[in-house]
Formats: sequence, structure tokens, C-alpha cells
Amino acid sequence: MSHASSAVEGQRPGHGDAHGHAHSAEHAKYSFLAHHFETPAQQFDSAKLGMWLFLATEVLFFGALFVGYAVLRSRFPEVFSYASHYLDTVMGGINTGVLILSSLTMALGVYFAQRGKKLALIICLWLTMAGAAGFLVIKYFEYSHKIHAHLVWGPTFYIPPHDEANAAANLGQAPVAPTTAAAAVAVVPIAGTPAVDASVIRPANAGPAGISPSAADHSLAATGDIIPHEMPEAHLADPAMPPNTHLFFAIYYAMTGLHGIHVVIGMVVIGMLIYRATRGDFGPNYYTPVDLVGLYWHIVDLVWIFLFPLFYLIH
Amino acid sequence: MSHTDHSTHSADHGAHAASHAADHPLVGHLVPVRILVSTAMALLVLTVITVAVRYIDIGEFNIWVAIGIAVVKAALVATFFMHLKWDRPFNVLVFVGCVLFVVLMMAFCVLDTSQYRDTQYTGNAPLAQETLDANAPGAPIAQQKTDINP
Repeated sequence: MSHASSAVEGQRPGHGDAHGHAHSAEHAKYSFLAHHFETPAQQFDSAKLGMWLFLATEVLFFGALFVGYAVLRSRFPEVFSYASHYLDTVMGGINTGVLILSSLTMALGVYFAQRGKKLALIICLWLTMAGAAGFLVIKYFEYSHKIHAHLVWGPTFYIPPHDEANAAANLGQAPVAPTTAAAAVAVVPIAGTPAVDASVIRPANAGPAGISPSAADHSLAATGDIIPHEMPEAHLADPAMPPNTHLFFAIYYAMTGLHGIHVVIGMVVIGMLIYRATRGDFGPNYYTPVDLVGLYWHIVDLVWIFLFPLFYLIH
Repeated sequence: MSHTDHSTHSADHGAHAASHAADHPLVGHLVPVRILVSTAMALLVLTVITVAVRYIDIGEFNIWVAIGIAVVKAALVATFFMHLKWDRPFNVLVFVGCVLFVVLMMAFCVLDTSQYRDTQYTGNAPLAQETLDANAPGAPIAQQKTDINP
């Protein structure tokens, strides 16, 4: 190894005279130091630069979708301000908080790795993992509710979700009397009559006696009360719905879906970190993987910081 | 060349953290817990503010306020969580430069589409309109229209 180092040294004489004497000593001292790096600092900085270049491609990746969003929103402003009300601000807000807190635990994980606190690092990584899982669970409830209501991209958006029994079964609920809901929807214009809407929704969400309401039922009941739009067929029954509303949901699923995939990948790499941290790989001398996964996780948080106001918070 | 300095870490970082030099990592920068926690708190407060602003009608400015708050939040994450404040300037250049090019692309795309906005077809796509007009149970918008505006 020292031979290789001095060969490199020989090719670049101007570079090495400041610290050429330490090569073999550095490599003997730090088992993690690859032979093509001279010092741990050089290895660390190279890894960080590589990670930042990857994050730049991630920014461009999401950036193209943000451009698509900007084009659609400037073209159909009325669609965005209308359809945004179908999204659940409470769930989106909770998810924002969950991601911020998991970013904090990730940053704390890097801190504890730097300090050599193995147990604290593992706890922080598990908390970050829990935040990622919690985010996906909430996202699943949001998605499934919208998909059942046909609040989706493409032609399905314009097909009334007739199959109430099937939809209710998928939600884990007993079938509601479909005629009641359909009739109510058909007669009642949605805007301006929240009281009637709530009365339509309640029996659907309460569920039959004997089945304890799950978290999903709770959240659905809550959203039903807050947002009268949140019911099957509501959008098709609403005369105020502007043309091309499905475009909002197309870009919504594209962007939040890509973001969700990144959260899943984040869980995988954090899981690998937990394995290695438990094995005792990391300490004040070597914590590069923790640092790099931390950067990745923060960029996932950063993308959501923009997605949340751009989709959920349109006035 | 301080970044490639291979001296022992107590000498390397002792200048700015004499009190607990022994705790310092060999490479990189140790960001105190206090800064990390206050960053998270600031992010949560800004989230609450951005939700609150949604319910205030300031017309065109709503979106710009929302984007402004998001940019501040993103800057907080990048500066403190991602250690950019203490990172090599080139990494900052990679990241900020990349974001600027995305903004550039966005600006030109929006300018371009707004040029031919007037020539674009408005209204639903024909198939979507057919579905909406269908006089079938569960496709109530047509009935509504006749009910409300006879």
C-alpha cells in the first residue's frame, strides 16, 4: 500500500511535498482509508462532492416536474385553486411535521455518529425510519381515499365511482345504501351546503356496530366533516368544477408519487445504516455513509417543503 | 488546503472548539444539537405560518408568500441540517447553481406557454364532456344543470 502511495506521489510531485511523509502512516492508522486516497479528509471530501453531484441530479429530476407544475398552473389557475380543496390540509400538514422531525433525528444521528455515540446513533436512525414509515402510512390513507373517489388522473376521473359496495369493502367498511348517497349527491349542489354533506357522510364512516373504527375511519370521518368535497362523486356532481380538473391530480400523483418512491428508497438506505451502525462501523473517524444518507434524507424533506404549499395550500 | 490537512483532530479543530476538542470528528464539522433543534423548531413554526397564510386572501401574493416561506425553509434545511454553512464552497456552488438552472428552465417554459395561451382550446376534452353530459344514474352533473338552470 505504501508502494502504491509513493507511486502516486511520484506522478504528482508538486502535490505531495506538504504531507508526503504521512501516507503509509495514514493508511496504517485508518483501516477505512482506501489506498487511492491520501488522507481521511480527502476521502471524505470526495464522497461528499459525489453525493452533492447526485443531489444536483435529484434537484433536476424533480425540477423538471416542478416546471411541468408551473406550466400547468399558469395555464389552468382555476383548476389548481379548485382542486386543491380536495386535498386534506391536516394530513399534509402532519406529514410535513413528520418529515421535519425525521430530518432532525437524521441530523442528530450524524451528530452522534461524529461523537461516537453508538446507541444514540441507532436510536436516531430508528426514529428516522419511523418518521419515513409514518409519512408513507398517512400518504397511503390519502391516496386510497382519493382513488376510491376517482380523484385520479386520466379518464377515470370522469367516471362516476358507482361501485359503492366494492369501494366500501376496499375501505374496510360495510356497504352504504348507495341510492341515498347518490340521490343526495344528485340533488344537492355541493358548494354552500356543508350540513347536508356531513349528514350524508356520517353513516358511511361510522361503520356497522361491532367493528371498531380504525385509524383510517377516524381520519376519513374527520376529513368528511372538514371538507364537504371529500366524498365519492362529489367532483362530478359539482357544477363549479372547472374543465380539465383531472390535470391537477395528474401532476399531484406524479410529484408526490416520485417523492414517495424516494421515501421508500430512504427507508432502505437507513435500514442499511442501522445494520452497519449496530455492527459498530461508525465513529468519529469514519461516519461518511451516515452523513451521505443524511444529505439524501434532507433533500427528500426539502422537496416536500415545496410540494406541501404548492398542492395543499392554494388559496 | 486546510481541508486536506492531515494533522490530528485536536489540533485541526481546536481553534473553534477548544472546550471539547476531544469530541470532534476526524473529518467534517460537528454541528451542535442546540442549532439542529432550533432549526427544526423554526421549520415547524414556518410550517404553521404557511398553513395560516393559506386562509388569508391576498390575491396574487398568496403563492409568492407560500413560495417565499418554502424557500426560507429550504435554506434552513440546506444551511444547517445539510451542513452547507460549514461545507466546502464548491458543494454550495453545485447545489445553488443547480437550483438556479431549474428556475431558469421554469421561467422560459412558463413564458413560452403564455405566449400562445389565447390560441389554446378551453373546455373539457370531448370524451370527458361526453361523460359529464351522460344522462345516466351517477352522472348527475347534466341533471343538475337542467335542474338548476332550466
